[in-house]
Amino acid sequence: MRMELNGAQILTNSLIDEGVEYIFGYPGGAVLHIYDALNDQDSISHILVRHEQGAAHAADGYARASGKPGVVLVTSGPGITNAVTGIATAYMDSIPMVIISGQVPSMLIGNDAFQEVDAVGITRSCVKHNFLIKDISKIAVTLKKAFHIATTGRPGPVLIDIPKDITIAKSEEQVYPSKIDLRSYKPNNPIDQVQIKKAVDLIARSKKPIIYSGGGSVIGNASKELREFTRILGYPITQTLMGLGAYPANDKLSLGMLGMHGTYEANMAMHGSDCVIAVGARFDDRVTANIDKFCPTAKIVHIDIDPTSIGKNVAVDVPLVGDVAQVLKGIIAMLGDNKVSEISSWWKQINDWRSKNSLHYKREKGIIKPQTVIETLYEVTGGDAIVTSDVGQHQMWAAQYYLFDEPRRWINSGGLGTMGFGLPAAMGAKLAVPDRDVACVTGEGSIQMMTQELSTMLQYNTPVKIVNLNNRYLGMVRQWQEFFYDKRYSMSYMDALPDFVKLAESYGHVGILVEKESELKPALEEAFKLKDRTVFLDIITDQKENVFPMIPSGAGHHEMLLAGEDDMVSTDDEGLNLV
Amino acid sequence: MRHIISVMLENESGALSRVAGMFSARGFNIESLTVAPTNDETLSRLTVVSVGDDNIIEQIVKQLNKIIDVVEVTDLTSFEHIERELMLIKLNVSKANLTHIMKQIETFSGKIVDASDDTYTVELAGQSKNLDAFMDKIDQSLIIEISRTGVTGVIKGNK
Repeated sequence: MRMELNGAQILTNSLIDEGVEYIFGYPGGAVLHIYDALNDQDSISHILVRHEQGAAHAADGYARASGKPGVVLVTSGPGITNAVTGIATAYMDSIPMVIISGQVPSMLIGNDAFQEVDAVGITRSCVKHNFLIKDISKIAVTLKKAFHIATTGRPGPVLIDIPKDITIAKSEEQVYPSKIDLRSYKPNNPIDQVQIKKAVDLIARSKKPIIYSGGGSVIGNASKELREFTRILGYPITQTLMGLGAYPANDKLSLGMLGMHGTYEANMAMHGSDCVIAVGARFDDRVTANIDKFCPTAKIVHIDIDPTSIGKNVAVDVPLVGDVAQVLKGIIAMLGDNKVSEISSWWKQINDWRSKNSLHYKREKGIIKPQTVIETLYEVTGGDAIVTSDVGQHQMWAAQYYLFDEPRRWINSGGLGTMGFGLPAAMGAKLAVPDRDVACVTGEGSIQMMTQELSTMLQYNTPVKIVNLNNRYLGMVRQWQEFFYDKRYSMSYMDALPDFVKLAESYGHVGILVEKESELKPALEEAFKLKDRTVFLDIITDQKENVFPMIPSGAGHHEMLLAGEDDMVSTDDEGLNLV
Repeated sequence: MRHIISVMLENESGALSRVAGMFSARGFNIESLTVAPTNDETLSRLTVVSVGDDNIIEQIVKQLNKIIDVVEVTDLTSFEHIERELMLIKLNVSKANLTHIMKQIETFSGKIVDASDDTYTVELAGQSKNLDAFMDKIDQSLIIEISRTGVTGVIKGNK
C-alpha cells in the first residue's frame, strides 16, 4: 500500500524527483506547511533571500548560468506580488523558471482574505503559463506540467498557485511522472526541409550577408552549431545584447554587438546587407532602431522556435520555425557542397567600417573612465568570469568592453531592463557554477534596489565581486536628458549615497574604495584573490561619460553617432516617443 | 478585414481570461467573442471576431496558438463557412407602428418570442450583417434594448 502524505510532502517529493537543487524563497503563512515538509529532506537546498524579488532574480541567474530551471517559493499576497518584477524579467528574456506561490485556503479564495491576491490573474501576462491547484490529486502532475512547459519550446516562467488547505490535506503518495504529453502544447514541430532549402539558396548566393544572432542561440544551447555555421560560410556575425558569447567576441568574423549601442561596423553591415540571417533573435526596437529604415536592401531569413517572433516586427522572406541548434544543423547539412559566394569586397567594406574603431574612448588624467574599469575587469579575470549586470550605462559598457567568448557568461536583464537584477542574479550564478569567478557590474543607482541580498550572500557564502561604477548619476537617464531634454537634469542626480565600503563591511563582506586609476587594477586583483569573500568595489568614475556609439531615437542603423559627436545627437518628436 | 477565428480551448478555469487578456495586452481588437462547451466535455469552443490586416490576423492566430490552453485555432474566414449570430431585440409596439414592425419581422424571418401590451421581443438569427440590416430598417425610436450573442461559425462541408 502506498503511504499517505500531505500535499506539502507530495509537492516536496515532486521537486526532489524533478532533480531540483536549489529553491530560492521566503516563508509566510500560506506556505508554512511546504516549509515544514522541506525541513524533512536534504536533497534540495533552500536559499532564504531577503526580498521575494531577489528570489526570482537569483533563480533567474541560476537558470541562465546553468541552463536548468530556477525554482522560487513564495507566500501569498505580498510574497507573490514582490516576486512579479522578477518573474516578468525572466519572461521577457525567455528564462525557464517555476514559481510556487502559496494561496489562502480554497474556501477563502475571493473573500479578500488576509494576504490574498489573485496570483494567477496578476501574473497571467508575464508567465508562459500558470496553474491554480484545486485538487490534491493533481499536485505531482501539475508540477511535471510546469517544469515541462517552463523548459521546452521557447522557455519561460510558469507559476503554480497552491492554496494552503491543499498542502495540508492528505492523499496517497503520488508517482511523479517521468514525462508528460499535452495535446495543446507541442513545442517540437518537425523542421520544414523545403524552407531549409530556400534558406540555403538565399544564404549561399548572397553577396553582402550578415548573421544576426540573439538570445535564442544561448538559451537554445546552439553555440556549437552557430560557430560551425558561421565558420563554414566565413560570413560576418553580429550578436544582440542577449546573445553575447554564443559566438566568441574575439573571433575575426565577429563584428560585436548591434543596435542602439552596438558597433559602427555591425550596424552599418546590417544596413548595407543583402541577406540578414537572424538566429534566435526577435528584431526588438533596441536592435532595429527606426523600423522604417531597417535593413532596406536585405532579404531576411529568420530562425526562431517561437512562431510569434517571426514576422512580428519585420517582414521575413524565409521563416524557419524550430529549435535553433536543429535548424542550423539542417542548414549545415544542406549547405554541403553548395558553392558559397565569394564576399571579399563585402569584407573590405566591413573592415573600412571597422577602422573607425567605434569603441574608442578618450582617457582623461585623474578621472577613472567606466570603460577602463570594464577593460581592466576583463584583463584581471582573463575574460573567463561570469558577468552579471544591472541596467543602465554600466550595462552597455559591460556588454561593449567585456569580450565574451562563451555562452552563459553574460547575464543581464535585456528585455525588461530591471534595475536590481544584477546582485541576486550573481548570487544565483555563483551557486550554479561555484568554481567560476562571478562579477556583478552595477551602478550606485541599481545596486541600491537590492542591497539587502548582501545578507543572503553572507549566509550562503556565495562570493561575488561587485563592480560599482559610481558616477553619482542615474547615468542613462542623465545621458538622455543631456541629449534630448536640453541638459535639464531632472531627478537624475544621486545625492546622499551611503558609504558603500562600510555598507559591505556591515554585511560581513569586504569593501574597497577606488578613486584613482592607478588603484583600479591592484584593487580588482586583490578582490579576485579573495576567493571566498564577496568584495564590493566602489569605483568613483567619470560623471559625464556617455555611452557611444549611439543610434539616437528615431534614427536608422546608418545614422550612428560616434564618441566625440555628442553635439550632433538630436531627435524629433517621433523619436522622443521611444523609450 | 473582418475575420472569424474559431478556437478550441481546454475547458480549464482561467482559459477564457488568457485569450481575452492576450487580445487586450497586445492591442488586438475584439468585435465579438462567444464561448460555450462542445460535445467533448474537456473542450470549449471560443469564437472571436476581429478586424485587422493580414499581418495582424497572422499575429493573432500565432499568439492564440501560443497560449498553452489553446488546442486548435482556425481562421474560418479563409474557408467556406457558415456564420450565425442570435439577437434578441425588444421593441415598443403600438397600433401606429404594428404594420411596420410586422413587415420587418417577416422580411428578416424573425420570431416573436415574448409579448406584452406594448412590447415585442423578437428573436433573429443569421449573419451579423443581416442583424445589422434589421436594426437599420426598424424605426430607431422603437428599440428598447438589444442583446446579441456574438458570432459563431463552422467550416462548410466535411472539413
